Amino acid sequence: MTVYIGSGAGFAGDRLDAGVPVVETLKTRDGPRYLIFEVMGERTLAIAQRIRMRKPELGYSPYLEPYLRNVLKAAKEAGVTIVANLGNANPLGGAKRTHELAKELGVEGLRVAVVLGDDLLAFMGPDDIASLPTIEGVSIDGKEIVAANAYLGARPVAEALKLGVDVVLVGRTTDAALVLGPLIHEYGWGEEDWNLLAQGTLAGHLLECGGQVTGGYFCDPGFKDVPGMDELGFPIGEIAADGTIVITKADNTGGLVNRATVTEQMLYEVHDPSAYLTPDVSLDITEVTLEEVGKDRIRVTGAKGNPPPDTLKVTVSADGGWLAESEMIYAGPNALARARLAADVVRSRVGKHGVEEPVRIEIIGTGAVYDNDASDRERQKNMPMDGEYRLRAAIRTLDKATAQYVNDEVLSLFCSGPAGGGGYRCNISGQVNTASVLVPRGPVEAQSRAEEVKP
Amino acid sequence: MSDMITLPLHAVAHGRTGDKGNRANISLIPYVADAYPHLLEQVTPERVLELFRHKGATDVKRYDLPNLTAMNFVIDNALEGGVNSALSQDLHGKTLSFMLLGEVEVTVPKSCVPAGSRYL
Repeated sequence: MTVYIGSGAGFAGDRLDAGVPVVETLKTRDGPRYLIFEVMGERTLAIAQRIRMRKPELGYSPYLEPYLRNVLKAAKEAGVTIVANLGNANPLGGAKRTHELAKELGVEGLRVAVVLGDDLLAFMGPDDIASLPTIEGVSIDGKEIVAANAYLGARPVAEALKLGVDVVLVGRTTDAALVLGPLIHEYGWGEEDWNLLAQGTLAGHLLECGGQVTGGYFCDPGFKDVPGMDELGFPIGEIAADGTIVITKADNTGGLVNRATVTEQMLYEVHDPSAYLTPDVSLDITEVTLEEVGKDRIRVTGAKGNPPPDTLKVTVSADGGWLAESEMIYAGPNALARARLAADVVRSRVGKHGVEEPVRIEIIGTGAVYDNDASDRERQKNMPMDGEYRLRAAIRTLDKATAQYVNDEVLSLFCSGPAGGGGYRCNISGQVNTASVLVPRGPVEAQSRAEEVKP
Repeated sequence: MSDMITLPLHAVAHGRTGDKGNRANISLIPYVADAYPHLLEQVTPERVLELFRHKGATDVKRYDLPNLTAMNFVIDNALEGGVNSALSQDLHGKTLSFMLLGEVEVTVPKSCVPAGSRYL
């Protein structure tokens, strides 16, 4: 037996139609088949939580409808089970919306289950959460907590699949759990089958970012060429009972799968490659072997597993104030001198106004993204004076009026700044700060559960 | 040693940045496996720390993966606070892999540069 697991999205914002050829391909395969959507980031959850506070029926992913609309009918008819973290801050609300969508699309008898229990605010007070020691990110003590969600593992996903449903919607689980959950369900892998759980987690890690393993975010023309990026094929993992993985992609699509694409994705967001920690297993990829076993087919073996930590990671989100950004472009002869003068003028005025927060004022076109807030490298470089340079100012502040003020100083360059500035653009966006804390797994896992949601 | 050539890393290797909080990782993978020992010798954690120090980087660890002919750099505090507090255009540091590829030079046998490369 082989389990086929395809990806339809690797982030909230991925192509809406990428899942269509994946389902078309899965239709032609024999065996258990799954389609995953991974659309959650640390911030998406906090934003969804805020929406849910205002409208309790919302808070599931705003992408739930656009992604499912394109595949729900075909997947149901072909027997492809959908596993997705489109539930975000409200899996129950997401399940309700999925049923409505099924009705609208004429999909009959659709069964949906959810995984619950990742939301710590449901059973812990905000003060208790705020006092937990932070391992990463900003200090949260004393801040208003917007969201606190534990990364659940694959077991609750497998529990949900046991209910025999067509769609499983989760909130915060590890991304890899969307893939390991189905594998545990199909193969009955035990809690101490460390090497199998490691291979399943690695399959999840390779598939969770969608096209990032099939040539997307990889192509570097003339160095790493990728065909057909406008119709990039999303990945399909073929996983055997012994954990052997073959990574391939949807039929009749662009993109490619080779050792290089798989290696880049394997190391993506990995720190110590001998200990990639998840609630299910500590994954060791140092002895992984990649073999090309056909066109766009890479076999992945050799992942080793060790027992996971006895804590779960929790992402805590707090209000982060505002980020203001504004830009103005200078072009042609002496453009750099004019952009530099504009930068000096804004710096001087913002300082005299008494803005206390750091303001970054930089010139795009001088290597600004590789520079620091003080533009130290730009000052040392001998850039051509003629050309195309774009002034950019940015500030983070808790005070929206200060954010607006800094943008307005860039805007005022139109009539009061150096000659020839144009193309003013600005933005002010609400920010969420996040921190990671560790909690003992027992009390959290006691809350996690899977249940079917009827129409 | 006349077949040795000094070029930016971009001529001989590729890589990708990932981020978690204020910590970035950058993978480095040579196109030609024979380049791997040269990269191990020359692309030291110290050199990578020097490259990112102006952004606030405080520590670099390098993990070697000979099975994959790859290495993984983990850079602490290179993201100017990361998505929580950075003011850069690129809060996640997505562009940093190409800074490493473009600004660090290595000396390798010409055979380590893929045929047809514009660097040759």
